[in-house]
Amino acid sequence: MSKITSLRMENITKTFPGMKALDKVTIEVNEGEIFALVGENGAGKTTLMNVLMGLYQSDSGCILLNGQKVCFSSPNDSFGCGLGMVHQRYMLVPNLTVKENIALGLKKAWKKVKIDMDFVVSKIKEIGDKYDLVVDPDAYIWQLSVGEQQKVELVKTLCLGAKFLILDEPTSALTPQEIDELIQLLKTMNKKLPIIFISHKLKEVKDLSNKIAILRHGKIVFYGKTSDYSSSDIAALMTGREVKMPENNEEKEFGDYVLELKNVNVKSIRGFLALNDLNLKIRAGEIMGLAGVSGNGQLELAQIINGLRKVNSGEILFLNDHIEKLHPIDIINKGMGYIPEDRNTEGIVPSFSIKENLVLKDIETEKFSKHKIINYKAINTNADELKEQFDIRCVNTSLSAGSLSGGNIQKVILAREIARKPKFLVAVYPTRGLDMGAAQFIHSKLLEMRQNGVGILLISEELDEIFNLSDNIAVIFKGHIQTVLPAKKATRRDIGMLMAGVNNE
Amino acid sequence: MNRQFKILYKTSIIILAILATLLIGSVILITIDAEIFRTYLVILTEPLKTKIQFTEVLIRAIPLSIIALGITVAYRAGIINIGAEGQMAIGILTSTAAALAFYNVPRPFNIIIIVLAGALGGGIWGFIPGILKAKLKVSELLSTVMLNYIAAQVYTFFLRGPMIDPAELTLGSGTPQSMRLEKSVWLERLIKGTRLHTGIFIVILLAILIYVLLWKTSFGYKLRAAGASSKAAKYGGIKVAFFITISMVISGAFAGIAGGVEVIGVHHRAIEGITGGYGFSGLVVALFGGLHPAGILPASFFFGLLLVGADMTQRIVGVPANMVQVLEGIIILVIVSAQQVMNDKYLMDKIWKKINTKEAN
Repeated sequence: MSKITSLRMENITKTFPGMKALDKVTIEVNEGEIFALVGENGAGKTTLMNVLMGLYQSDSGCILLNGQKVCFSSPNDSFGCGLGMVHQRYMLVPNLTVKENIALGLKKAWKKVKIDMDFVVSKIKEIGDKYDLVVDPDAYIWQLSVGEQQKVELVKTLCLGAKFLILDEPTSALTPQEIDELIQLLKTMNKKLPIIFISHKLKEVKDLSNKIAILRHGKIVFYGKTSDYSSSDIAALMTGREVKMPENNEEKEFGDYVLELKNVNVKSIRGFLALNDLNLKIRAGEIMGLAGVSGNGQLELAQIINGLRKVNSGEILFLNDHIEKLHPIDIINKGMGYIPEDRNTEGIVPSFSIKENLVLKDIETEKFSKHKIINYKAINTNADELKEQFDIRCVNTSLSAGSLSGGNIQKVILAREIARKPKFLVAVYPTRGLDMGAAQFIHSKLLEMRQNGVGILLISEELDEIFNLSDNIAVIFKGHIQTVLPAKKATRRDIGMLMAGVNNE
Repeated sequence: MNRQFKILYKTSIIILAILATLLIGSVILITIDAEIFRTYLVILTEPLKTKIQFTEVLIRAIPLSIIALGITVAYRAGIINIGAEGQMAIGILTSTAAALAFYNVPRPFNIIIIVLAGALGGGIWGFIPGILKAKLKVSELLSTVMLNYIAAQVYTFFLRGPMIDPAELTLGSGTPQSMRLEKSVWLERLIKGTRLHTGIFIVILLAILIYVLLWKTSFGYKLRAAGASSKAAKYGGIKVAFFITISMVISGAFAGIAGGVEVIGVHHRAIEGITGGYGFSGLVVALFGGLHPAGILPASFFFGLLLVGADMTQRIVGVPANMVQVLEGIIILVIVSAQQVMNDKYLMDKIWKKINTKEAN
């Protein structure tokens, strides 16, 4: 098959024990089309693509390629027909170069005792010319930014013979600039091959796709041309109700300064300054949005505030006390809350039950243990209360927290942090990868905390989130706060320029 | 997937594992011309037939279970302690020294002192890899194994030098062993005519202690959190380095106690070869027992049975000692692999699907 001109999945049904993951789903993608598959977490998007890639077998229904019925019983079959998928988590070996990574799957380059690297490089060049995708074959993966790594994934998939691309949440780890670049790139590539992409970011769906299918609880609830509908229409169809993201528009007086960072310097593992003479002050009841391209010191900032990383010089004052030399537990007990970047292994202990995770920071308090003996009754009541209050969706709270979906894990973390009644909260990428419903819930909780006089440092890579929630916006670039602007006065353009390091002042 | 299938799946794996063990073992037994069926029968049933043999099984199970309980603590904190053999050896030295020095302290205080001395010796030997791991991230797999060698040499040095029985020197035979301990420090015999001693109560006490420590106290909660996800534990304000160190101290102390109990319960003096692989078997017992006291007690009994059964084969069927050790090795390998297979949910799912599609066709 030299070209895939049409792909049709007809009446696909797939049941898992206890639930129907897909119910008579039909989609069709033709030449020159970018097809967006949209839906909340757990709607069945990934299941559908796994059926297409031969990872799952559907219970009924069939797949037609160029009008011919095909049967995929393993990923190799779908590969052989020219379908290629780029996963959300990149499958690259960091210690190998780009060409070595690509050679791993390129069987044509495998000679008897060695790999024909010249062939690999020529293949990379051929693909690069054809699709306008330039990568340096000799660069090591670990040297590349996330956006560049994604390009490598694309090149790899195409080198292996993909004539039809499936992208699973391609933008979830990219910066705004990288997203724009990717959208342009996909548009050019689309002239040569059809693309399906999975997403729940409506802006990209609008920008990029011609056709859209919205899945909800395994059923297609909407199917049509993207241009006919507005973002809010799509959002409403996705969740089944009107979604309005909460906004911070209540004027209020701020309290005293809760957190002050003065001339903070932090060295990174590789020796350069991760934080460079950083100054930042945040008041009670204020949400400070921290905008910046990821990798400019945001994570280091969050870690030093919580005592998880050493400060080389400078001062950190929390409620007027120095905390730069304190152990994390002392900072926690002073009233610091923290939603970490990595919710799956840092925010929770995955193998512990939900109820155990809800007391991770409080196991030694009088409420949950007496004379070091754990009071399981109190832990159970606490878990039941928080499950109700924060709408944590689980059969019961004795299940392991790692088995929950991303949105529910984040709710567990949020529930624990809020229940501790902190005086300050550091929230790092609090809604990354979450669907609209969960994001909306988390945003409203953050605003509620603001109302209760909690100071919040909101670190995010989504400008929408920062503009919706912040009172003031600080822009970080190469570990230094460029400037702090009131959110009302700031424009996207200004913030974007500052994020790129341009400072007109 | 239904419940029936799961139970059927697990039982068939166990049966397959047993068959595999018997089969591989048979190949080895054939090479030495032994009676295959009789050898197996002797290993598994002979020790249960008489009172004396049965108590011998329990005697083996005592050090095995104490060591396995200690290894569980380390394992739950994220450390694989392969150094129990060495920790036990040091524990034997320190508890023997205490027994020689404090024999006339009134009972039961002398016993307590001896057990604690064993715990101290083993604890120090566990502390070394613990602190190295906590502060310098030295792999415990290397440090504990290397410390086993050092401990073995230290042990021999003391038994041949400073702690040697003066009688051996005067007689000139020079057997490397300590003085015989005074009767006042011996653990009582539970059943007349057997060697079964009251150390078995120490086992039960320690099993309860570990269960409470790990699952009922905030200390245990933090220790398990540090082991399950050190990143999350640090985030939660838990001093991970402390728990790594302390868990290795506890683990070593338990191996040391096992050594001390073995000395005052069975041998009544420090001799060469007391540890005899208990430290390694203890790790298998801990894993086989699911890293939980409730599983470790029966698991240690089973391995005690294998040890005694193996001894008897030697006498009854004439299978050489080394061959029996080979058999033990095979049993351990198959059991551990079978456990992995049993817990493999993907494989279970695959087989379930295969069966279902066949039925559908």
